[in-house]
Amino acid sequence: MEAPVRAAEMLTGSQFMAQGGGPGCLERNDWICGEYLRTRSQELLDATLQHVGITVVSVLLGLLVAFPLALLARHRRGVAGPVLGLTTVLYTVPSLAMFALLTPVFGVSPSVVVTGLVLYSLTILVRNILAGLDGVPAEVREAARGMGYGPARLLFEVELPLALPALVAGVRIATVSTVAMTTIGSVVGYGGLGNLIASGMEGFFKAEVLTASVLCVVLALVADLLLLGLQRLLTPWTRAGSGGRRVRRGAAVAKAVG
Amino acid sequence: MSVDAITGAWRWLGTAANWAGEKGVWHRLGEHLWLSGLCLLLSCLIALPLALWLGHIGKGGTLAVNVSNVGRAVPTFAVLVLLTLSPLGKHGDWPTIIALVLFAVPPLLTNVYLGIREADRDVVEAARGMGMSGPQLLRRVEIPLAYPLIMTGLRSAAVQVVATATLAALAGGGGLGRIITAGFGNYDTAQVVAGAVLVALLALVVEGALVLLDRACDPMRGRRRGPRKRGQGPVEEVPPAPAPTRDVSTGQPT
Repeated sequence: MEAPVRAAEMLTGSQFMAQGGGPGCLERNDWICGEYLRTRSQELLDATLQHVGITVVSVLLGLLVAFPLALLARHRRGVAGPVLGLTTVLYTVPSLAMFALLTPVFGVSPSVVVTGLVLYSLTILVRNILAGLDGVPAEVREAARGMGYGPARLLFEVELPLALPALVAGVRIATVSTVAMTTIGSVVGYGGLGNLIASGMEGFFKAEVLTASVLCVVLALVADLLLLGLQRLLTPWTRAGSGGRRVRRGAAVAKAVG
Repeated sequence: MSVDAITGAWRWLGTAANWAGEKGVWHRLGEHLWLSGLCLLLSCLIALPLALWLGHIGKGGTLAVNVSNVGRAVPTFAVLVLLTLSPLGKHGDWPTIIALVLFAVPPLLTNVYLGIREADRDVVEAARGMGMSGPQLLRRVEIPLAYPLIMTGLRSAAVQVVATATLAALAGGGGLGRIITAGFGNYDTAQVVAGAVLVALLALVVEGALVLLDRACDPMRGRRRGPRKRGQGPVEEVPPAPAPTRDVSTGQPT
């Protein structure tokens, strides 16, 4: 995660030049302070790494849980209602309350934050996986079955690739919100950059708060772009011809089945 | 461990002293509801006219849709702390109020805009052909057709406001979140859990109340027949992410 750190350094660095916050900006408690970046780079890097780690683990675990849940909801319509209802209720609970409720279960540990974030990501992921799978045209499914595809092969070789754009869209939304929400983990001391925001608030240290906040937003944007790139890489057929972002059914079908 | 926490929280909630006074539940609940209500009203006053107007003239779509995406990437906690450390921080509740409004406006703006834009164009054209003026068209055709998405926006905004008001406690503001943060400060697990239960209940009650309000005010109540149009039917049951490729309704949970 060198890149976002460096990008933020360049960003704040150039503003720092413009405002002329030379040496002594730490004493003056400026919002933008190059000296802070130089002297605390290790602290910033550690916090960023923790932030990225918590986010990645949460989204991956979220996917691992959401995928079977979505499949279950698809095959048993009776399960779909309760699953969607429950994840929506979880989504409504404010994160501070969620982490507070999980604290007695896991003690003060990263598991509290990761579990809370996984529960939040489920709402978006289950919905988007379901929507993606529902969007697969019935003819494609029929054609694949006619060609002798079994249920597992149908799922992984035909339906999943076609559902990928919706799935990645869900992962992007979940990732961006997870990056932002990880900051609340600072209530149990595992909030990545949120820890710096919290300590900056206590010490009235403006540069620390602003730098950590900017890094957070940069992380979210970088993650979003990386996932968009991944989607383009995985679904080249969505860009075939003049289709742009819209999935062109014909091209997609031909590619997936043929 | 976990059972201890539940009985402890139950005992905490059953202690009358915890409900009374400046730091008691009733006072904190009052702060929470007052701030949330005020900010929801302010957000509606800002977002509704803007979204209705943009949707009616059909411009500013990228702005209306992207403002939610940007809102999702910005951590609420960071905004609260930045506002508290800024000169505004010396003026009581203002940092909290501004943060609450900032995070409630995007879901309202996006949903209301899309609701108006996705109102059936044929119906709108027919109404125009009947000689309806712009304001008539908006009031009698576009708003009723956009109603489900307008209510989705209102619900997302309300849930967002209640959640953000909870976080205000982290930055030294009032509200029910204060019970949780005070509990963390004293290593009092019972209080932490009790506060969390209260906050979660409040969020669910607000969501439930808005669902009921939605049903009661629906201008098309009992008049929708046959297969519903996209963007009008299912959205009611699907608050956070109705469309697969574009998240219409909400910001992030906070």
